[in-house]
Amino acid sequence: MLRYLAGRLALLGVMLGGLIVITFVVANVAPSDPAALAAGPDATRDMIETVRREYGLDQPLPAQFVRYVGDLLRGDLGRSVQTGNAVADDLRRYFPATMELVLLSMAFSVLLGVPLGMLAAVRRNRPFDHAVRVLAVSGVALPAFWAALLLQLLFAVWLGWLPTSGQLSVSTAPPNPYTGMILLDALVALDWPVFREALRYALLPSLVLALPSIAAIVRVNRAEMIEVMGADYITAARAHGVSPWRVIGWLALKNAMLPTLAMVGLRLGWTLGSSFLVETVFDWPGIGLYAVSSAIASDFKPVMGVTLAIGITFMLSNLVIDLAYGWLDPRTRTA
Amino acid sequence: MSGIALDGQPAAQPRHAPALRRLRFVVWTFSGSVSALFGLALVAAFLLLAALGPWIVPFPEDAAGAIHLAQRLQPPSALHWFGTDEMGDDILSRVVLGTRTSLWVGLTITGIASAIGVPLGIAAGYLGGLPRRVIMRVTDVFLAVPGLVLALAIVSALGAGVMHGVLALSLVWWPGYVRLIEAKALTLRSEPYVEASRTMGAGHTWILLRHILPNCVSPLIVKASMDMGLAILAVASLGFIGLGAKPPAPEWGAMISVARSYMPDWWWYSFFPGLFIFLTVLGFNLFGDGLRDTLDPRSERG
Repeated sequence: MLRYLAGRLALLGVMLGGLIVITFVVANVAPSDPAALAAGPDATRDMIETVRREYGLDQPLPAQFVRYVGDLLRGDLGRSVQTGNAVADDLRRYFPATMELVLLSMAFSVLLGVPLGMLAAVRRNRPFDHAVRVLAVSGVALPAFWAALLLQLLFAVWLGWLPTSGQLSVSTAPPNPYTGMILLDALVALDWPVFREALRYALLPSLVLALPSIAAIVRVNRAEMIEVMGADYITAARAHGVSPWRVIGWLALKNAMLPTLAMVGLRLGWTLGSSFLVETVFDWPGIGLYAVSSAIASDFKPVMGVTLAIGITFMLSNLVIDLAYGWLDPRTRTA
Repeated sequence: MSGIALDGQPAAQPRHAPALRRLRFVVWTFSGSVSALFGLALVAAFLLLAALGPWIVPFPEDAAGAIHLAQRLQPPSALHWFGTDEMGDDILSRVVLGTRTSLWVGLTITGIASAIGVPLGIAAGYLGGLPRRVIMRVTDVFLAVPGLVLALAIVSALGAGVMHGVLALSLVWWPGYVRLIEAKALTLRSEPYVEASRTMGAGHTWILLRHILPNCVSPLIVKASMDMGLAILAVASLGFIGLGAKPPAPEWGAMISVARSYMPDWWWYSFFPGLFIFLTVLGFNLFGDGLRDTLDPRSERG
């Protein structure tokens, strides 16, 4: 296990290096002028030249790369023209909100996707199975931003059950920011009214974000359950008179969960990557909204900062999933 | 000899019999699935609308951004089935003509992605060794950043616009093809018929052209048809956040982006373009799924 861990960590290092190279290439080989991008949209020619010298953009690319890596190691991601803050500080402020949304939507997709997939497998080729499969295919094809607009219209505007947008009402004081995730902070502070309110605000965006993941998890879990249900040990358990629910809900599900776990890891990155669409619709103050508003204003540094943050988060979550996999199923350690 | 036609040439039917039999089998299995046929119908409708668009929509000039302020933001009616937008343009006409944008966008992205991904995948899978290690490591790095995020970064470096969006998405789309083809070429390389061919002195070119490539075609078609839908969705997503097509170009995502400020009172404005995105992506997904079941039945469904 220790050797497996070391190998995975070394791989993570290589991947991080690759990510840094990609972001550097995107920032510097693009036909647009990086100095003009860094100086912001309203900069004069003189200002651009000053920025070029100040950021070392008049030096050869290898020297620039060394400088870029050095800045990254010191946690310096540049400055946002729009907010006037250091990008690293902005990321620290906005990242927890996105994480809150992503984690909540992953919880939704497991809590809904696994039972649905399991029941569809048990009721294979019956109406329930067909309904779940239609739902699963539609979930992948649904444009997240459109679904978000429609659900917002239905539940917030027409029915008035849930708030339209934002993370908390303006009049509510957010709880003491231990983690920056309002739901978690309210839970730690045992502040139930704020927790309930934050949950009402987070419900729609996280559900919309979860739809494609629910669909993916249902598909994997259904397919795995069908395969596992045909295994000899299940037949043996049944023959020994183990109750059907124990066979399905425990013996079979346990083995069907491994590929499902891998899918959860994959979807986490995807969910992070598409959170900016949902954040835009629901005005959710996360890094997605930050990246989009920066990109529209041609404010380049924040976009690169968000790309790095999402890439690193995705790599770390993959590492955790890989380790969990290696722990649960020793056969995968050699791969 | 019933197989020989009168002029001495072999008649077409027996010579192509295996191919025909295979085609008939594919059609038979495909048509056995309701969802695959539904997907085919949606894809066919999409292609038909893209081809005939300008001749069948009621107000073709509205797609270019004509201005009829007297009839702005009307609800759906007999004259304007999907209502009108803030310029008084017919939403039905704009949505239908938007199929053309989506079609070329989908074709370009999947085309460029497979043009980059397939050769790299073959090189990695067939050659093995150092080339494989290098290619797959680079691919893994690209796969470690969610594609849409990297595309967002590239577009913000290049500047907004539908061309830049398509370019950015093509640049992040190829790793999936490398993965797919590499895995396929790797297993094909050690198939007995390929080894036999090699022992009989066949060169790399012959093996690649006769054995490896033809066997990669089925999974490639399946992936490309799925990706058509996903690429259209991705471009619409960029359009929605304001980094893709610029209004008044009739692109679905950009239309919804404008329509968003007219929610909730004029909800049909964003409803219909979104419905078209949904049906198109759904169609390509179901179609690709059906193709996989017929062309590539042993592969894993994911």
